[in-house]
Amino acid sequence: MTHPSKAADFVDWRRGQISREIYVSEDVYRRELETLFTRAWLFVGHESQIPNPGDFFTSRMGEESVILVRDKAGVIHVLLNSCRHRGMKVCRYESGNTSLFTCPYHSWTYTTDGRIRGIPLYKALYDGNLNRDEWSLVEVAKLHNYKGTIWATWDPDAPDFLTYLGDAKIHLDQALDCRDGRPGGSEVIGVHKWVFPANWKFAAENFLGDTYHNPSHRSVDMIGIGPSALEGVKGRRDNELEQAQHVWCSFPAGHGVHSAVQPEGYEFVDQFKNDPEIADYFRYCHEERKRRLGEDARFLPFVGTIFPNTSYHGRQPRSLCSWHPHSANETEGWRFFLVDADAPTKIKDFLRTYYMRYSGPAGMTEQDDMENWLYATKASMGTIARRHNFNYTQSMGASELNPVVNGIEVRGDVSQQVTEHMAVGFYRRWAQYLDQEPWDVLMGKGDERFTPKAAEE
Amino acid sequence: MDATVETPRILRDDAYYTLRREIEEFYYDEAECIDTRRFTEWLDMLHEDLRYFMPMRHNVKFGQHAERENTREDEGISWFNEDKWTVTKRVEQILTGVHYAEEPLSRTTHMVTNVQVLQALPDAASAQEVHTSCRFHTYLNRVEYETYNFVGKRYDRLVRVDGDWKVRHRKILLDQNILQAKNLSTFF
Repeated sequence: MTHPSKAADFVDWRRGQISREIYVSEDVYRRELETLFTRAWLFVGHESQIPNPGDFFTSRMGEESVILVRDKAGVIHVLLNSCRHRGMKVCRYESGNTSLFTCPYHSWTYTTDGRIRGIPLYKALYDGNLNRDEWSLVEVAKLHNYKGTIWATWDPDAPDFLTYLGDAKIHLDQALDCRDGRPGGSEVIGVHKWVFPANWKFAAENFLGDTYHNPSHRSVDMIGIGPSALEGVKGRRDNELEQAQHVWCSFPAGHGVHSAVQPEGYEFVDQFKNDPEIADYFRYCHEERKRRLGEDARFLPFVGTIFPNTSYHGRQPRSLCSWHPHSANETEGWRFFLVDADAPTKIKDFLRTYYMRYSGPAGMTEQDDMENWLYATKASMGTIARRHNFNYTQSMGASELNPVVNGIEVRGDVSQQVTEHMAVGFYRRWAQYLDQEPWDVLMGKGDERFTPKAAEE
Repeated sequence: MDATVETPRILRDDAYYTLRREIEEFYYDEAECIDTRRFTEWLDMLHEDLRYFMPMRHNVKFGQHAERENTREDEGISWFNEDKWTVTKRVEQILTGVHYAEEPLSRTTHMVTNVQVLQALPDAASAQEVHTSCRFHTYLNRVEYETYNFVGKRYDRLVRVDGDWKVRHRKILLDQNILQAKNLSTFF
């Protein structure tokens, strides 16, 4: 099979068609590892996982194993988990606290900031030939702690994280901020890790705001597993957005989100009805959030994907997810579950129980997603199948730049009806990474969707 | 790690072996129910106050296993940590016929072995509550090529209700760190 030399040829965004090759081809996959996962900002972990000096959490960036570690001085690092001598993983524990990372192979040791501490028989065998300062563990080029979430990139030329996040920031904020509107303050209460035989982009795309896949969750909606299910409420969550205008937003850097704007003067929608005490708590959070944020409180998140492979669930449930690539047709999902760190124990207990029955490989909702992603990948591998593009024309042309929705400006290329334009935007950017375009292009330069039309009128 | 493991070994007398056979029969009935997809009948074998718990297993440094290897029942996230209501929901979901992760239904074989009674209350001859350990090997094959093997240990507390044993507490230790399966859509 001959492949186009440019990845852009896989993404016919004008006609809303995308080649299946990008989900199944090992060539494409190798290019993703080399050109995309080496440059984009990737989510690595959360500072609540490493509260104390010496704490570490072993994570991944693309296929690479990395260590998220707080050094003895309290500074956070992300280090490649591979000894500089012969490559052995210097850490095979998932998390813990340490003063040194000791390679089991030849006992080179590194301090928690990645610097070489010890090389056995250094004086006798290496003196004069090896400069220790040049053989620290490989460290990411840039790291950013955003409201407790740690992001990193291998590319020293990457724009700073907030530039990269762009207007997706306020959407991600809603997932990371306290339920009562205080900024930040989340903690990770556990991480699901599992492997499934599907291309990573199916998962990333799902969370860009593929609202259209709702029918695949029909079973769970029929039986009702939400926070008010004991009161006979069906569905998988409370419908706090029943009065809201939903918005689906695509951003210049390739991110996509599905959020909603409540109407002016909206009232609290009864939720968490399983337990009156829990319901009261969330009613309090709602009022407090309204008091703090004013009109901005009407803005609520749903789901989103921060380009390329970090997704979030904003409210019910609430989590961050990394879709780590294993191969063209295998992905490792890591779902980090979030609560407000200072929430009462009873609230945390209620939420974790809900999260577990909803999310991850044992979650009654997410199980059906994995089934879809697996067989969509499998059934796209054939030579004949690969000749036929996927269709992304849904709501094509229905989006607009920075519309005012229920009195609030929503920034981005925004649709107010169910759409797939975020996916098209995601893949346009994806192709430009694979074609090794410069950063200004990767941040949306030249993308006509983000050029104000005022000049033409 | 497991309080029951530390209890003194129960005397192996005739009463013990009779009790153990009864418990083994119960487990075989459970496996038969699940493998023949009589899920609603299986629910009847679970106590109303069931706790169904499968922790995640972490890679931790030597000496930290007791404290940190498994996620905990009283906090944080596990694979399963739920009551009978939730397990019942899982059965209801399968019975909708549109739970696509189990539609078409998987083929499963649940094997239970190494059954031991760790504790019998008040005693083996007249037990109303037993604490057990066993090993399981659950084979799952679905659609055409998807096959998973789930192997591990199970620690149960069973209580007798109106003459029948019911699972009151089940702790399932799956011997995997990163789950080597796309889903946990079967029962353990």
